[in-house]
Amino acid sequence: MFYRENGQYKTSYAADQQMLPILQDRVLMAGVIVFAFAVVPFLASDYLFLSLLIPFLILALAAIGLNLLVGYCGQISIGHAAFMAVGAYAAYNLALRIPQLNFLVVLVLAGLIAAAVGMLFGIPSLRIKGLYLAVATLAAQFFMDWLFARVKWFTDYSSSGSVSTAPVEMFGWKIDTPTEKYVFLLAVLIVFTLVAKNLVRSHIGRAWMAMRDMDVAAEVIGIRPVYAKLSAFAVSSFYVGVAGALWGFMHLGAWEPLAFNLTLSLNLLFMIIIGGMGSLLGSYFGAAFIVVLPILLNQFPAMLGIPLSTAMVSHLELMIFGILIVFFLIVEPHGLARLWAIGKEKLRLWPFPH
Amino acid sequence: MRQAAKTRLLATAAGVVLAAAAVTASAPAFSQAKEQFFPVLSYRTGAYAPNGVPFANGYVDYLKLVNARDGGINGVKITFEECETGYATDRGVECYERLKGKGPTGATLFHPLSTGITFAVTDKSFNDKIPIVTAGYGRADSVDGTVFGWNFPLGGTYWDAADIVVQYVGKKEGGLDKLKGKKIALVYHDSPYGKEPIALLQERAKMHGYELLLLPVTHPGVEQKATWLQIRQQRPDYVFLWGWGVMNSTSIKEAVATGYPREKMYGVWWSGAEPDVTPAGDGAKGYNALVFLAPAGQGAVHKDMLKYVYDKGQGTGKKEEIGDVLYNRGLTAALMSVEAVKRAQVKYGKKPLKGEEVRWGLENLAIDQGAIKKLGFEGFMTPISTSCVDHAGGRSATMHIWDGKKWNVQPGVYEADQQIIKPMIRASAEKYAAEKKIAKRDCAKEQ
Repeated sequence: MFYRENGQYKTSYAADQQMLPILQDRVLMAGVIVFAFAVVPFLASDYLFLSLLIPFLILALAAIGLNLLVGYCGQISIGHAAFMAVGAYAAYNLALRIPQLNFLVVLVLAGLIAAAVGMLFGIPSLRIKGLYLAVATLAAQFFMDWLFARVKWFTDYSSSGSVSTAPVEMFGWKIDTPTEKYVFLLAVLIVFTLVAKNLVRSHIGRAWMAMRDMDVAAEVIGIRPVYAKLSAFAVSSFYVGVAGALWGFMHLGAWEPLAFNLTLSLNLLFMIIIGGMGSLLGSYFGAAFIVVLPILLNQFPAMLGIPLSTAMVSHLELMIFGILIVFFLIVEPHGLARLWAIGKEKLRLWPFPH
Repeated sequence: MRQAAKTRLLATAAGVVLAAAAVTASAPAFSQAKEQFFPVLSYRTGAYAPNGVPFANGYVDYLKLVNARDGGINGVKITFEECETGYATDRGVECYERLKGKGPTGATLFHPLSTGITFAVTDKSFNDKIPIVTAGYGRADSVDGTVFGWNFPLGGTYWDAADIVVQYVGKKEGGLDKLKGKKIALVYHDSPYGKEPIALLQERAKMHGYELLLLPVTHPGVEQKATWLQIRQQRPDYVFLWGWGVMNSTSIKEAVATGYPREKMYGVWWSGAEPDVTPAGDGAKGYNALVFLAPAGQGAVHKDMLKYVYDKGQGTGKKEEIGDVLYNRGLTAALMSVEAVKRAQVKYGKKPLKGEEVRWGLENLAIDQGAIKKLGFEGFMTPISTSCVDHAGGRSATMHIWDGKKWNVQPGVYEADQQIIKPMIRASAEKYAAEKKIAKRDCAKEQ
């Protein structure tokens, strides 16, 4: 009834090409952003910020990065935590060795270094495809695990191999309270989402999608695979590298190479599979699903007042989490983003579905 | 029909979102009860559960005992809540955040029970003002209370442990100078925990001229064929084992398979409990391990435990497991926490205390031999006396040997050589302070 685009005429190319063509969507999005910036900081507790919102924001960024590669360009990677690690260690070393650098510059440089490394490990994608490529990207995971655990220079010769970061400060703003971190991360995420959205709508994104749908056909219509695939690897690794730097500096504060292990890579992949491949919104849904749900499940029995032993609760958590993943994949293999789209489609017809 | 299913699904999704909102809304609304809240980070699942369960049982049981026997700490009831970390750093941090504000005065202190979690929450302790107690683990340099204001590696660190093992081995050889030209292999868990002793072992290697082989084992440590192949090739004179959970028993089994003598294997205090040796069966006979604070066995406190907790059906674990190494270590960890609160009550009054006040108690702990006896822990711990500067308060250990059935404690108490360790701690703490831009505390002014 309310969600309908009747009467919204597009009279210019700009209007036709805008990101959210329907007025209601724009209002909703503006509402969400205003809510996230102006209301959440006053409502949420420290626990909510530190345990749910901050990890969610950072992993959503990483999921967007991975989605650009897997969902848009069709190149499967199960080594993306490695590029997060590159970003994190690059940022750590930059901040340590050149302390006068602004944190934003550090972030961008860390992203660029991750992009370079990502391109390097993306080279096999020019020759191999699908599952074979996925296995090849595992090399990145194991190589980076090895590198950061063994080459002491990266961890500044720390005796335990664990590094810890200095507090983040820029333009005289010391980002140390949970609320400040949240606002900063939210701003970063919005900027990166906007860039990603525009990238996938531009010729680069179209080249990626053509490559994903059928690489031979894409080549025939004049898309260079080298350019398309490596640019996807680069952009994706850039995003993931920035997310890794933020994960280290804003969330963990101190970490060891284990923080970026294969489990994280797989979690990122689960996020985009459950959230929806080839959908930016899906990256958000997937990150929320993977980050928030286990913690929620863990606290559910206590909230309902059911006394269960700690071990029982965590076993239940794993079981229910697994069941939910299977459930959602059976109901909608295209992910939560597709469910959202279906919901919107229904709203359009409501209350008179035909 | 299909449509109905989709609608129901959307409703489910909405329900999940609402539930998420409910979590945020249910902020703890406690009245000012006379209660002291102890958060318990435990791991009862995952690869490290065999070791995590007895420790958690011991810890929780002691808290129950204090409530049942003494009616709390000087009348202040103990409340506690467990949170499962699975030994994972991110979940541990989440647990920390979840529990730090509970109870009338917030969390008393935390035992992170994982070096990785310790590193991560150390950062937060400066803002939250909650002590992080890492009895026998954690960062070695956190002994320095002027930099690490909130960390308490009570009873010793891995540098102390490594130092004591080297001393013990040296003594066996007939003097530390006899170690020259020997080969020592460190088989370690490839994590901050396992890497901690390396710095000290290298320092000692420079002094005594032994060769140090570093053999990392990746988490969780069930795959060690390559490691033990190297041991077979290199034939080290001694193997130091720095493992945890299933890695320990795997190492011992591999040693049996490789034919490496168990008598030449020395485990740190986290590699010397029943779950580590029993899976290897008879093969573990002769294996040595450090004892930190608590060996296996039963004493006066266990009698109380049976009487006040287990006979009333309130026990956390199985009756037969009381007195196991890790159970006892859980007991002593809880004991030190409770004693710290008791000590702080002397200064701040018999009421629920904040983490900041408990820190004073931790910094002024003085558990001497008499007190240990009175508490029923005779033979299960060594005296501890802390200060604002020295957050460890003790650094001695003994050695025990597995005879196939039980652990036999060897005579002699060994003390880590502070001449070597102190400068290392200072250098490392200074570096941390500079990196993190921490203003050092002036202990002279505070007391």
